[in-house]
Amino acid sequence: MIFDLAHPSQLMQAFGPDLLLMAGAMVLMLWAAWRPESNEHQRAVGMASLVLIAATMALCFWYSMRGLSSTQGIIAVDNFRWAVDIICLLGAAGAIALGMEYNAREHILPAESHVLVLFATSGMMVLAAARDLMIVFLGIELMSVAIYVLAGLNRRSAKSAEGSLKYFLLGAFATGFLLYGIALVYGATGSTSLVEISRRTAGQALLLNPMMLVGTGLLVIGFGFKIAAAPFHMWAPDVYEGAPTPITAFMATAVKAAAFATFLRVWVEAMPGMGAAWLGPIWWLAVAAMFIGNVVALSQRNLKRLLAYSSIAHSGYLLVAVAEGTTRGATAFLFYLVAYTLASFGAFAVVIMVGREGDANNDLVDYEGLWHVRPALALAMGVFMLSLMGFPVFGGVGFFGKWYLLTAAINAPRPLIVLAVVLVMTSVVSAGYYLNVIRLMFMKARPDGAPVPERAGGLTRSVVFIAAAAVLILGIVPGRLINWSRDSVPRTQQMEAAAANAVH
Amino acid sequence: MLGEALALSAVLFTIGVIGVLTRRNAIIIFMCVELMLNAVNLSFVALSKVYGATGQVFVVFTMTVAAAEAAVGLAIIIAIFRHQRSVNLQNINLLKG
Repeated sequence: MIFDLAHPSQLMQAFGPDLLLMAGAMVLMLWAAWRPESNEHQRAVGMASLVLIAATMALCFWYSMRGLSSTQGIIAVDNFRWAVDIICLLGAAGAIALGMEYNAREHILPAESHVLVLFATSGMMVLAAARDLMIVFLGIELMSVAIYVLAGLNRRSAKSAEGSLKYFLLGAFATGFLLYGIALVYGATGSTSLVEISRRTAGQALLLNPMMLVGTGLLVIGFGFKIAAAPFHMWAPDVYEGAPTPITAFMATAVKAAAFATFLRVWVEAMPGMGAAWLGPIWWLAVAAMFIGNVVALSQRNLKRLLAYSSIAHSGYLLVAVAEGTTRGATAFLFYLVAYTLASFGAFAVVIMVGREGDANNDLVDYEGLWHVRPALALAMGVFMLSLMGFPVFGGVGFFGKWYLLTAAINAPRPLIVLAVVLVMTSVVSAGYYLNVIRLMFMKARPDGAPVPERAGGLTRSVVFIAAAAVLILGIVPGRLINWSRDSVPRTQQMEAAAANAVH
Repeated sequence: MLGEALALSAVLFTIGVIGVLTRRNAIIIFMCVELMLNAVNLSFVALSKVYGATGQVFVVFTMTVAAAEAAVGLAIIIAIFRHQRSVNLQNINLLKG
């Protein structure tokens, strides 16, 4: 079926899953505010949110199975959108599941916290669909404003407030750059539609227009902030440390996935001609993120900060796929995004289980000898660390993620050999801190008097178990995931024309 | 006219950026961010004279979003004031490493 986006009713249908989530979230917001704050109410709203997410995810699957498409318009109806939606919804489901038990432990009683995750997720879904810079802006803001609040959710914690303030100020600053970039691109091309921009920049003259160049540069800076790529990463460690851990996991996975996916779509669909001109800046961004993320992570003593720097390094790896800019690169990008989301979410879930009330016990010393007191937890953490590092077999899907990134970079039309070498070298550096966590857990004795992590609730344990199982199983049979990623890459008009020619 | 409006918008945007980078008071930084957003609005309005209504529609969206952001932002600044008794970023340095 082809949606005609000029018709309001068909536009609404094309927005189906997004509208379901938004409408459901608004109803849940009313219900959340209806009753006085209590732990039971918070859990009930959380459960309802999980049901809503499951329904939205089912609708996304249904839409993606029907092979829908649309006329040219403000939103895209393609597999890339559904793939990103599903990754973000998985992240949201994990954040709410972890949040229900974490909030009870930390006495964060407002039930609205789960609904805000839903609002942020609807922003991500708008982002995944956006095919117009106006929608990109609205999606980013819908997502970010909810995340600013979520970062400061723990009102009793000064750290949480501080992280929230830093995120808000730098996020709003980045929004200014993004918006000015959009304005200049609009000024140079006369349109905010991605397809229209790519058509009008097809002639080389516009590509060298100073307004277009500055506009694209500001767009890159704006997206660089949102995806936490070095040198625009300075907010990330502070915000990740200060925010409640389930929200940190949400920011490190779903927020990054949505911002990155939009970046990729804008890059591939609106500026296919700009790719060559901008290879240099993207190249340096990728190198800086990989280098700074991995080297600074070596000196971290707090596991949340360590994972923050690791997520900056992973932004660098993903930027390699963006720099590559072809179908193969986009396939590797989606595959890596899934692998990274699973491993990173699992790692943050373990951080929650080892941590204690007051967001304490997040330091590396608290992991010494974990194997002797909680062997299953230590094993799961080992799997996540190896997966983030890209270790074969025991690291599961993480290894294949890096493998596909490397093959995409080497087989690109303009081979990115140096970038591939930097990726491998910095991955070796990353072993320094990932393996250190494993060494502490398995080879050190548990210090005397160190508290044994309490048994966490069923939801937290199932998040850890599902993430670990998915990492390992997808590491043994990555075929389906790679096929799914290949079917879900964003397609430009030229690519669609080429595919149509190949069929006829 | 278009050239002058775009130049003014660029100057205002730059003043906003310099303000964010040099000031230490959270509220003044926030005001500078708003200046940046409004500078962009000026660009959009000026450009819509050439390209039609899209720019003006964008301005309405930007103002709405900026208002929502201001509501959340001021709430966050109040939250930090309750903890620190100050909104000066030099006094806000629990998170380090």
